[in-house]
Amino acid sequence: MFWRRRDLALDADPVRHFLPWLMAMIVYLGGLSLAGMMSLSAAVERWDSGLQGTVTVQVPAARTRAPDGAVDKALAILRKTEGVVSARPIGGAETAALLEPWLGRDALGAGLPLPRLIDVRVETDPGPDLGALATALDGAVPGTVLDDHRKTLDRLIALVRSVELVALAIVLLVAIAAVATVVFITRTGLAIHGETIELLHLMGAMDGYVARQFQGQALELGLKGGTIGLVLTAATVLALGHFAGAVGAGLLPQLDFGPEQWLALAAVPVGVTVIAMITAHFTVIGALKRLP
Amino acid sequence: MVRFENVGMRYGLGAEVLHDISFELPIGSFHFLSGASGAGKSSLLKLIYLAHRPSRGLITLFGQDVTIAGRRDLSLLRRRIGVVFQDFRLLSHLSVIENVALPLKVKGEPWEDIKVHAVELLNWVGLKDCIDASPLTLSGGQKQRVAIARAVISRPELLLADEPTGNVDDDIALRLLHLFEELNRLGTTILFATHNEGLMDRCPHPRLHLAHRSLSGPTLPQHGGTGAG
Repeated sequence: MFWRRRDLALDADPVRHFLPWLMAMIVYLGGLSLAGMMSLSAAVERWDSGLQGTVTVQVPAARTRAPDGAVDKALAILRKTEGVVSARPIGGAETAALLEPWLGRDALGAGLPLPRLIDVRVETDPGPDLGALATALDGAVPGTVLDDHRKTLDRLIALVRSVELVALAIVLLVAIAAVATVVFITRTGLAIHGETIELLHLMGAMDGYVARQFQGQALELGLKGGTIGLVLTAATVLALGHFAGAVGAGLLPQLDFGPEQWLALAAVPVGVTVIAMITAHFTVIGALKRLP
Repeated sequence: MVRFENVGMRYGLGAEVLHDISFELPIGSFHFLSGASGAGKSSLLKLIYLAHRPSRGLITLFGQDVTIAGRRDLSLLRRRIGVVFQDFRLLSHLSVIENVALPLKVKGEPWEDIKVHAVELLNWVGLKDCIDASPLTLSGGQKQRVAIARAVISRPELLLADEPTGNVDDDIALRLLHLFEELNRLGTTILFATHNEGLMDRCPHPRLHLAHRSLSGPTLPQHGGTGAG
């Protein structure tokens, strides 16, 4: 009971009540950024593996006016190629159905020339020589295009990576904010309790003894603020996950976290607390140097 | 125990507040440190309890040269010195017993050991009924007795008092002085700073006198006391 009372009356300082909430905000912002980062990288992985092994061949509309000869020629080449697992022509009706949401039924009904698509599955690792295959297809049916989705995917991934970088920057800024907050709190405490600290110093207290009082305060702040912040983060992630799940679009980043991700989120308040304690320690040690 | 050789001291870039101070306090001695207010008594004591560094000269404490002592060594030296201040410097958010316990807590001793000791000491200074009181509820004389108990709980070899009787009535001052004399009989070396001539006249201890930034003495008291030295 006795030891729970600190030599320094840090709890009585005027800014005390506000501090756990400030720490909670820091943890919340850090947690959300981390959650965003994890969800985005999971999405990238899903896109990558989902599109891996699929290629689309597009036979130009001009060639398909004629009966399906052009498509058959392309199919013949594809089926001959080693490494191609399957090649399925997408029928005219199916193509029209794919485009309908963008072009409208009327435009399609008006006899708009549509290219024919062939959905191709290829082996991965090692896959077929797609460059040679494209040349062969173009040779047989001029204007035929082979799309392995790499370009689209690469652009998408580049976009996601830059968003991830922003999130990482936010996490770093949050850490800096935590350090700055603790430095400020500790300096204020040192100023308010200067006389008591000098008294402890004169009694032969080592610098570490005084520093531990402030570390204890930082620990308390981190635990209180961290718990509040973590609860807020979890609530937000669960709510967003619920809404994203309701939309159900496979391309949207999902927030259905597994144990690893939850563990990573729980590490945020722990990390902030450790940063706070280390910061408090060095701030006090630095300030005590002015005492002989 | 304490040895000063040509010590000078200044605050920052100001003029010297102490000038060419040389003296020695033998083990087990009791000295008064006299001098008008502002003569530098507090500054001299600060040098001894290591709150300030001398700007020149040599200070030896317990046989150790303090000018070359490291930070940790200085802390360990401070633990061998007890200090009583004129303004008590009790921590008002702690109870009386917690205040008394502080020097041992700083040393990292377990509470059970400290408690027995602290209660014993509060008994000795006559405050056993105020153990759990807040210092704010005590009179000046009681506060100073708490401060004395705190100063001696870690059994310091050297006890410094900086005008400990400055804020209390004369009869209480005399009782406080008797506490110091009792501690001295038990072997503690004492340096007692005061400008209360009446108090010094009633006790046969040698005096160090500070005036004009310099020290004279020790002079022996007129009444033929032998002092301890």
